[in-house]
Amino acid sequence: MNYLARRLMTFPLVMLGVSVLVFVSIRLVPGDAITAMLGTEAGLLTPDQRAALEAYFGIDQGWFTQYWRWLAGAVQGDLGVSVTFGKPVLDVILERFPLTLELALLSMVIALAIGLPAGIFAATRNEKPSDLAVRIFAMIGQSTPNFVFALLAIYVLSVGFGVLPAMGEFTPFLENPLRNLGQMILPALTLGFAFAAAVTRISRSAMLDILSDDYIRTARAKGVPARKVIWRHALPNALIPVVTLSGVEFGYLLGGTVIVEQIFALPGLGRMVLDAILQRDYALVQGSVLFIALNFMIVNLLVDLAYAMLDPRIRLGAK
Amino acid sequence: MQLLRAIFSHSSGRIGGAIVGLYIIIAILGLLGITPHDPLMQFRVDRLHAPDATYWMGTDLFGRDVASRLMLGISQSFIVAFASVALAAVAGIVLGLAAAWFGGWWDGTIMRFMDVLLAFPAILLALLIIAIVGPGTWTSVMAIAIVYTPIFTRVVRGPALSLKTRDFVDAARTFGSSRNYILTRHLMLNLVAPLTVQVTLALAWGLLTEAGLSFLGLGTQPPASSLGLMLADSRNLMEMAPWLLIFPGIAIMIGILGFNLLGDALRDILDPRTRRSVA
Repeated sequence: MNYLARRLMTFPLVMLGVSVLVFVSIRLVPGDAITAMLGTEAGLLTPDQRAALEAYFGIDQGWFTQYWRWLAGAVQGDLGVSVTFGKPVLDVILERFPLTLELALLSMVIALAIGLPAGIFAATRNEKPSDLAVRIFAMIGQSTPNFVFALLAIYVLSVGFGVLPAMGEFTPFLENPLRNLGQMILPALTLGFAFAAAVTRISRSAMLDILSDDYIRTARAKGVPARKVIWRHALPNALIPVVTLSGVEFGYLLGGTVIVEQIFALPGLGRMVLDAILQRDYALVQGSVLFIALNFMIVNLLVDLAYAMLDPRIRLGAK
Repeated sequence: MQLLRAIFSHSSGRIGGAIVGLYIIIAILGLLGITPHDPLMQFRVDRLHAPDATYWMGTDLFGRDVASRLMLGISQSFIVAFASVALAAVAGIVLGLAAAWFGGWWDGTIMRFMDVLLAFPAILLALLIIAIVGPGTWTSVMAIAIVYTPIFTRVVRGPALSLKTRDFVDAARTFGSSRNYILTRHLMLNLVAPLTVQVTLALAWGLLTEAGLSFLGLGTQPPASSLGLMLADSRNLMEMAPWLLIFPGIAIMIGILGFNLLGDALRDILDPRTRRSVA
């Protein structure tokens, strides 16, 4: 049995584990959902009213029944009703997801556009001052927490240029693309900066490894121009670790970025989950964590597939 | 000793080692209360005072000395990072060795459970744990430790699996060495190198996460000081008092940079595949 088939088989098992873990852990949070929702007014509820509310949100029975009912629903795409939003969990998630997806895509584009050329450039100038400069820059990028970058960027923009990042009401891309990009560019740069640093480091070291391979020496000896050696012979193989890294990183970004969303006041998945945990919105926490974990695992699976496509040795080995 | 010499003959190791050393000294001073001023003392007349000879890094909204609070914050962040990484490393070693040594059902169960933990985005897992236990320093330690345990487990299990089948382990068995002796002497000693690298890089990540959680108000609680908390407080005052943003921001960056540089150097030195002729 090959690797991918085995991955596909453990997939449902891990998802089941995730669902149990999130179900149990959110129920370990002290306090109950009804009180969290109504605040002090919860004290005014008669026992009957409270029971009716609990029945409506499906939290009136034992844990096992609740879990079973939730799981049966989840398999059919019904994740229950959010206590805080008063609508189906899936609707709430799908409202927030486009923003998170757009942010993740923008960050990845920025990261690849900066990191890949920088890494290749540094590899071809190995141990020269320009290589060192790229490496120092990448190391600093990797060591800067995104909230530090975000705050410094806001500070430089507002004090140095008198520009405040466009916050306030969020505009979806389809409504007004320009306004939307104006709001998204700084958060995307914030996330893309550390991401670019990681891409630079990995593409540099992958390129260096490959440039010392025999087949590159052969190509050079044959008189293939240096440019062609880099772009045509070395790059396709150097891309393999870059694809893996970018995929995993992209998967993380799809889970929402709590801190960056918080700083830039963006209504994305990350902030939604944070609020849902604080509000003890059981259904919303369960649904969104399951959604995020599913995304993450699908992206990882796709990365493995891309890996097999880029590396013919893996394809041959599978046969 | 030999390792220290190797680190200091490695260019990024030298810088990283120096930064980490300096931060550890600052953290100890901060912990012992040897700071320019009392970090909790409110100098009411000197609120939001710009940096000068008395207040090296200025004062905050309550007139507290930023330099002193920064030192206390560094010690706080270091305690959380070291404690959580130590916990994660111990848990990871035990689980990884158990999975590799017993194999079969043990291996399957432990590693699938680790897969489940890894499928959670790290910060979400930490948030859930904090929601259950309530915010605070030791909650952050626990949350970061749990997030990092699967990574240590994988780092240990892989090499341990291949070490298990090596001849010297068979030889030790034929001598009648006990299981625990083989596990601690033969397997553990050979895992020191990959673990050292992982621990150093994990410390960088631990600092980052502690700062992030405190920034969200879920880690260290005021009036205690933490780098993340100081940054969160600077948000609304950055135009009026940029020193509140710049000093803690740069302090976090350089601290994490130190551990990253040291980790890279250790990988170069300890990984046989990239080992150069330094030792």
